[in-house]
Amino acid sequence: MSDTKTRESIAPARVGALGWLLAFAVLAISLVWGLQSGSVDIDPLGSIGVLLDSIPGVEIEHGLNEIEQRVILEIRAPRIAMGAIVGAVLAVAGAGYQGVFRNPLADPYLLGVAAGAGLGATFVFAFEGASGVVPILAFVGGLAAVALTYVLGKSVGGRTTTSLILAGVAVAAFATAIQTFLLQRNLDTLREVYSWILGRLVTVGWGDVITLLPYAVVASVVLLIHGRLLDVLALGDDEAEALGVRVVRVRRFVVLAATLATAAAVSVSGLIGFVGLIVPHTVRLLTGWSYRVIIPLSIIYGASFLVVADLIARTAAAPAEIPIGVVTAFLGAPFFVLVLRTMRGPQ
Amino acid sequence: MIAWRDVAVTFGKTRVVGPLSLEVGRGEWLGLIGPNGAGKSTLLKAAVGVVDYEGSVDVGEHDLRRGLDIAWMPQRPRLPEEMSVSDYVLLGRTPHLGYVGGETQHDLDSVMGSLKRLDLSAFAARRLGTLSGGEAQRAVMARALAQEAPVLLLDEPTSSLDIGHAMEVLEILDELRKHDGLTVVTAVHDLTMAGRFADRLAMMASGEIVADGDASTVLTEANLLKHYGAGIRVVNNGDGPTVIPTRIERD
Repeated sequence: MSDTKTRESIAPARVGALGWLLAFAVLAISLVWGLQSGSVDIDPLGSIGVLLDSIPGVEIEHGLNEIEQRVILEIRAPRIAMGAIVGAVLAVAGAGYQGVFRNPLADPYLLGVAAGAGLGATFVFAFEGASGVVPILAFVGGLAAVALTYVLGKSVGGRTTTSLILAGVAVAAFATAIQTFLLQRNLDTLREVYSWILGRLVTVGWGDVITLLPYAVVASVVLLIHGRLLDVLALGDDEAEALGVRVVRVRRFVVLAATLATAAAVSVSGLIGFVGLIVPHTVRLLTGWSYRVIIPLSIIYGASFLVVADLIARTAAAPAEIPIGVVTAFLGAPFFVLVLRTMRGPQ
Repeated sequence: MIAWRDVAVTFGKTRVVGPLSLEVGRGEWLGLIGPNGAGKSTLLKAAVGVVDYEGSVDVGEHDLRRGLDIAWMPQRPRLPEEMSVSDYVLLGRTPHLGYVGGETQHDLDSVMGSLKRLDLSAFAARRLGTLSGGEAQRAVMARALAQEAPVLLLDEPTSSLDIGHAMEVLEILDELRKHDGLTVVTAVHDLTMAGRFADRLAMMASGEIVADGDASTVLTEANLLKHYGAGIRVVNNGDGPTVIPTRIERD
């Protein structure tokens, strides 16, 4: 290999122009597709027009009638925005957990977030609290479970990640047991809790979107910043430490950001499984090992994936809605196996 | 150049190293020898802060700067299969980058230089998973070199290599330290090889330094009998001591 050729191959991993273009094209198509489809299909250009027109100071001729405008602005747009944010958060949190634990099976629910949030929500349903309290208690439950996992993991295993993951399993089992007990005592609330557990983006207005946005932005920025350091962690804790990386600090930042954002997402959308597992993995299989690529692309493809999954959830069995958690697993699992087979097969 | 001063390492309630002191001068190559479990790896790990220790480790005049003063090659480095050789070597630049910083042209040039020095230029784009044992070992050395630290600690750099590749790696190391004035400490199991390459040997046993000096004073049958057990002969053939395993005849 010539010197110039060698020099060309020495470059930090990053998303290329084509990679960005493709990712944003997929996202744009998903968003517009989600916006224009539903119980009534609305002209896609008109849908975009209405959105732009709603921005103060912008006036665009969109040709939609009053009802169509309200459907777009008050129902579909917030729901799609929510879907995109939740999808992005779950996917990027999954990528972060996988990097920090060097465990391909790590996902946003690993450390007990899901079980804790589920328990929090069940409390509200079981004791007939106002439904507006559900997100708050789910958020508190999720964070409390992770805090417990962290304390337990530390007390038994010090610096190892396995002890943390095992502590997560124990905390999740414990929280689920209490949840089951509560449900058995209050069978009439079973249906509500069940629908929450399967995840939904149904009763969403702009308020939820605005609540969730800061968590999503902070988590994404923190994880984007840590992409390079997560790559160093691929060498193992000892070698990363010897290269001057404060492994414990990096792990703490990444876990905290991912967990906080997951808890926020779960509290408004319920438990939507699988996104955090399959989106980063698919990105990894298609683009390689570096978190400097996996993290940004997981954000964009996670958003696209959940918007499309939600589109299917609300149109496939219309007028009924399929729980979105069912769609993500139903679509995600075979798709993931397909990617796995095609990428690993020929080698 | 590098000095361990009253360094002691304790795992749980078991003292595994020291307290001991050891100094290695600038440009010197120290071979750390001793039976399994003597504490060689632990002593090296203490210097890079991978294990907790009492006492102090100094490099040069200033306080120890993690990653910048010492480059460490573990016994079994983790080589992510998918990573390319150049990406792997680039990770050696980590100590020179800020928490959120990215690589500059200088970092890329340094990687280029390291690859060249270890004859890996043609391998820059190859995945680590496709390298042979000798090539992989060179990649690890290139990464350590890219760190541009004045002290190089290598834990069993030749343990997975045949004698030809082992010699090659040690020759490269010798050339590097002469050319760049690096201070080198290697933990090595092959006693003859250690004696041939290192300027000085330090023998460890049960966490203590039990012999320290040039090869002919450390590699004696009496020392080896005491710390490795029976059945080892040492022949001096003018090229330095050669250690020969012999078997005791049994009925």
